[in-house]
Amino acid sequence: MANSRTRWRFRLRENLQGYRFLLPWLIGFTLFTAAPLAQTFQYSLSNVKVAVTGIELTAIGWQNYTRALFTDPTFVQLLVEYVIETAISVPIILIFSMIIALFLNVPFWGRAIFRTIFFLPVVITSGPVISELVAQGATSAPQVASSAAVTAFVSQLPALLREPVRYLLTSFILILWFSGVQILIYLAGLQKIDRFVYEAAAVDGASAWEMFWKITLPSLTTTTVINALYTIITLSHFSENKVIKYIHSRIYDVEGGIGYASAMAFLYALALIALLIATFLVLRPRAKD
Amino acid sequence: MRRLQFDYLRRVVWGVHNRPGLLPTSLLYAILIAIGFVYLYPLLFMAVNSFKSPADLLNPMVQWVPTELYLGNYQKAYRVLNYLDTLRATIVVSAAPTVLQVVVCALVGYGLARYRLWGKPLLFALIFATFVIPPQNTIIPQMLNYRYLNLLGNIWALLIPAALGQGFKSAIFILIFYQNFLSLPRALEEAARLDGASDLGIFWRIALPGAVPAFIVSFIFSVVWYWNETYLTTVFLEGGIQTLPMQLAKFTQAYENLYPSSMVNIFDRLNEAVKMSGTFLTILPLLVIYFILQRWFVESIERSGLAGE
Repeated sequence: MANSRTRWRFRLRENLQGYRFLLPWLIGFTLFTAAPLAQTFQYSLSNVKVAVTGIELTAIGWQNYTRALFTDPTFVQLLVEYVIETAISVPIILIFSMIIALFLNVPFWGRAIFRTIFFLPVVITSGPVISELVAQGATSAPQVASSAAVTAFVSQLPALLREPVRYLLTSFILILWFSGVQILIYLAGLQKIDRFVYEAAAVDGASAWEMFWKITLPSLTTTTVINALYTIITLSHFSENKVIKYIHSRIYDVEGGIGYASAMAFLYALALIALLIATFLVLRPRAKD
Repeated sequence: MRRLQFDYLRRVVWGVHNRPGLLPTSLLYAILIAIGFVYLYPLLFMAVNSFKSPADLLNPMVQWVPTELYLGNYQKAYRVLNYLDTLRATIVVSAAPTVLQVVVCALVGYGLARYRLWGKPLLFALIFATFVIPPQNTIIPQMLNYRYLNLLGNIWALLIPAALGQGFKSAIFILIFYQNFLSLPRALEEAARLDGASDLGIFWRIALPGAVPAFIVSFIFSVVWYWNETYLTTVFLEGGIQTLPMQLAKFTQAYENLYPSSMVNIFDRLNEAVKMSGTFLTILPLLVIYFILQRWFVESIERSGLAGE
């Protein structure tokens, strides 16, 4: 009895000591994440008027949400485009970064140079830089997107496919540019695979191709999940994201702008979380049957 | 004899077990160089175009090699960006919150790694949540509060959240430090405790010296991410402090103010070459830092445990 009591007091002391290190973060989380989140939710249920003295809230229930979903044609369209573009970009980024990581995992002369090149975009990717490059046509696959044959081909596609294909053609390099961190994460994952497994497989007469599918790919499952989630979040937070720009443009509407923008922000966050969960369910490591 | 020669040739061209020959090697280089070219295409495009004179821009023959080394675009872009002042502001805006952010994230990562805390899964969930929640979901009340406190356009609007562990992408830095401190041997900590060291003392004298790489990595990445961040900076700093990306975002407008299109001749109007020069000047400082410190950038992530275990 006394023993369990001393142990409890010991654990309490350890917790008090430990939480001291977390104290600034806990305060910050309350002040700069939890409280603003709750406040934004309240805005989203209100008509917010900006006055000289401050802001005035009038509760209007879910009207901002219904407006975004059923009255505003732009928001829903942008949201659908965002989901489609993300669904296209994420597999491209994952496959590309995995291929590059497989290349860079082999020792060869000049490997460091290529690694430097493939990581470079992480350093320079900011919204305005990207938007300048896109505006000048520097991000489309060279000479492909604008050629007459391709334009004719795209215009023949059914409407549902046309926009995604056009997006793919005009921002192909841009999509690849989001692979920098993912390449390094894959490299780290590759280096964790035990060398002996490959040697054993080689002794058993497995080809490099078989080793990739039977050893490398299964070992990278967790890494792929991490990379996929990281990719989705980065793409969704990028300041050139059209949904973000649209939401931001509505904040400064004098009448009801803040409330409406808040509602859209929550819908957007829900879409993002849904995407994350869907990705996780698709890619999660499955138990062998 | 014939047979031997053939074997030798085969070994050189195709390679033997774990020593690839000429063919696979050149194939590897060809693929990597091709991908590398596509990858760097936007940068090459930008660099080439920024040196084109107005005459070169109009000349359809000039694609990749400008006829002269024309620096006029850079002179204009330099003035439009108000370069030195903006650069100085950008350095402050990226470095100052970073220092606070890194220190606090180290504390949090240490607390999570070294103590058996109640509710630790919940804490991790909340930290992950701060990474997932889009900034729009929290930024409006913060902006209104800052306006009320008269902090809009002031560096404190970024410093306060960073000092409380809510800086930009803080979750990643917490994770880096968490991974780093997990690997600290417990025996070291217990020995210090027997010698009467306090908890903070252990953190300061035992944990910190081993965490120098984690600090460098976090510092570098935090600076880069703050530098390139434009959503938060536009909302919080606009009107008070201009960073390079912010100034680039309103390049057209700023150019019009300096060189009104009704006042200057046609060659001094805003063209894509000037815009490319402005873009290049914006990324130049980071490019330079990157090539100096590239080893730290690239090797660090592999070691820092960002890959997650």
